[in-house]
Amino acid sequence: MSHPQEAAEFLKDSAKSKWHDDTLWFIRDKRDKMSHTIPEWEELRELASSIKDNVLGNLADYLEEFERNASKNGIHVHWAKDAEEHNAIVLSILKKKDCTAIVKSKSILTEECHLNPFLEKNGVEVVDTDLGERIVQFLGQPPSHIVLPAIHLKKGEISELFHERLGTEKGNEDPYYLTQAARHHLREKFLAAKVAITGVNFGVAETGEFVVCTNEGNADMGVHLADTHIASMGIEKIIPKRTHLGVFLRLLARSATGQNITNYNSHFRSPESGKEIHIILVDNGRTAQLGRENFRDSLKCIRCGACMNTCPIYRRSGGFSYKSTVPGPIGSILSPGLDLQKHSSLPFASTLCGSCTDVCPVKINIHEQLYLWRQEITKAQGTSIKGLSMKFGNGIFKSPLSYNYSGKIMRMALKNLPKSLIYNPLNVWGKQRDLPPVPNESFKEWVKKNRP
Amino acid sequence: MSSKDIIIEKIRILKLDQKPLPEIPDFEGATDLIQEFCISIVSNKGEILSAEELIKKLESGIYPSIFSTDLTFEHFSNQALPVDVHSFSKLDLAILNGQFAVAENGAIWLEDSDLRLRAIPFITEHLVIVVSRDSLVATMHQAYDRIGDKHSGFGLFIAGPSKTADIEQSLVIGAHGAKSLMVVLI
Repeated sequence: MSHPQEAAEFLKDSAKSKWHDDTLWFIRDKRDKMSHTIPEWEELRELASSIKDNVLGNLADYLEEFERNASKNGIHVHWAKDAEEHNAIVLSILKKKDCTAIVKSKSILTEECHLNPFLEKNGVEVVDTDLGERIVQFLGQPPSHIVLPAIHLKKGEISELFHERLGTEKGNEDPYYLTQAARHHLREKFLAAKVAITGVNFGVAETGEFVVCTNEGNADMGVHLADTHIASMGIEKIIPKRTHLGVFLRLLARSATGQNITNYNSHFRSPESGKEIHIILVDNGRTAQLGRENFRDSLKCIRCGACMNTCPIYRRSGGFSYKSTVPGPIGSILSPGLDLQKHSSLPFASTLCGSCTDVCPVKINIHEQLYLWRQEITKAQGTSIKGLSMKFGNGIFKSPLSYNYSGKIMRMALKNLPKSLIYNPLNVWGKQRDLPPVPNESFKEWVKKNRP
Repeated sequence: MSSKDIIIEKIRILKLDQKPLPEIPDFEGATDLIQEFCISIVSNKGEILSAEELIKKLESGIYPSIFSTDLTFEHFSNQALPVDVHSFSKLDLAILNGQFAVAENGAIWLEDSDLRLRAIPFITEHLVIVVSRDSLVATMHQAYDRIGDKHSGFGLFIAGPSKTADIEQSLVIGAHGAKSLMVVLI
């Protein structure tokens, strides 16, 4: 299904979609207030963007430097050209460790690689430990937002789910009570797990260390209690030096949720005595995107989600309507690079208002890239209904006579034709909105009469 | 060809323009570091306590099992460092030393040498971090300058207690890790 069809599904529950819209706007507002307290905010965005420019121009060197330093520190470094190879590497480590149950903290990359279903098919129990991710995992759903995985759900639904899965009191919707139930449930999993998987926010070439940020502390609970830590990192997550973390950590949480910083920011440089750290550097389409000049800068993304929170389309259509691991504006410029056919409606799921570009902490020109993807897609798709109507319009506008005449016909037609014909399925502009009242005369006629 | 060679080759073949790294200017940050730090900790849902207030809490007996690496509060410690951190799964309170703290966001830096075992600040039910007033820096830039190129296998900025807002954006303190963070400035 295309984005508009999926969005129509989400909009059926109008109270919930209104709540979704308002809640994400509230977070966007928090981001604004927080960013305004930092006088050098715009300078920081510029710095972050320039650091990423440098990274993208020297990516191979930085990756090799990262590997050298990480290996020196006793971290096992793996390379995966695609999702399949990434998943196979994870499974081979689990087999070596004789491990059939793992805990995993938030990692959009493992979602992108569809790691969970792959491991489950191979007899491994996967427990997502971020509260929002555990909730959607219980429901068999993917996250609908990269920072707020369960933002599409109301507490009543979660209460019912937890009653079923965790035996909480029926009808108890108190978020504290529900969170504590999840805490007890997941603590058992943490204490039992031998292998923990995390994503990576930043990998530092200079030191070979990598940084993971959470508010819940679930990544750390997992890895420090397990014997083996597997970290999955997209190759674009590399930054040159440790000192650059200062720039990115100042921007990340403030952009994401409007908080100063995430409460836990862990720097992994070498394993704890007697334990192992593995890091998998994953391409999966990133080098192809690097080769697309118009869309290269999408790889600067630090996955804060600010573009989703501000987007008038995302807020009103929900994350699932994008049918893409990364939804929202940034997903709409990343996903067509992975599968143009499947994601061809996404670059059109935008008003091109540019708000995404304005809030992006690394200054990706998201709305311009959306516009560029539209051109690629239109070229690839050939003649469309819109194209035909443009040709028709061209005929009308060519001669003043045909223009005046067709104006009269349209005014008459819109007044007299049955509603079912005007609001037919081909008129997408008539969906969920009424046309303005039709005037009796053209503007030209009005001027003639009133401004003689 | 290994996957590494394939990926590296795919990047090198593009021969992209090499843009210079920008210089990071000296951003000054707040002048009253103590005040700014306390505001940050409170906004992260942590608490600021004086040493006397902490002692009162410790004496009240609300924390049956206590592990302290801080010498000032060591006599309240009734747990030895375990071989396997799993046996701390019922630990009520850990008292650790932070190396320094950041005023703009309340983040406190701890390394392997401060943590003893990396899981301790997470597995404990409640956490106290003791940090010196003189150690405060204004911004994250100054924080990384201060860390410099020192090597620790693990380093961590803690800025507050474990928290989540995954259920309808209602903030809940105490998701998986410590249910409270108390900071004692000395």
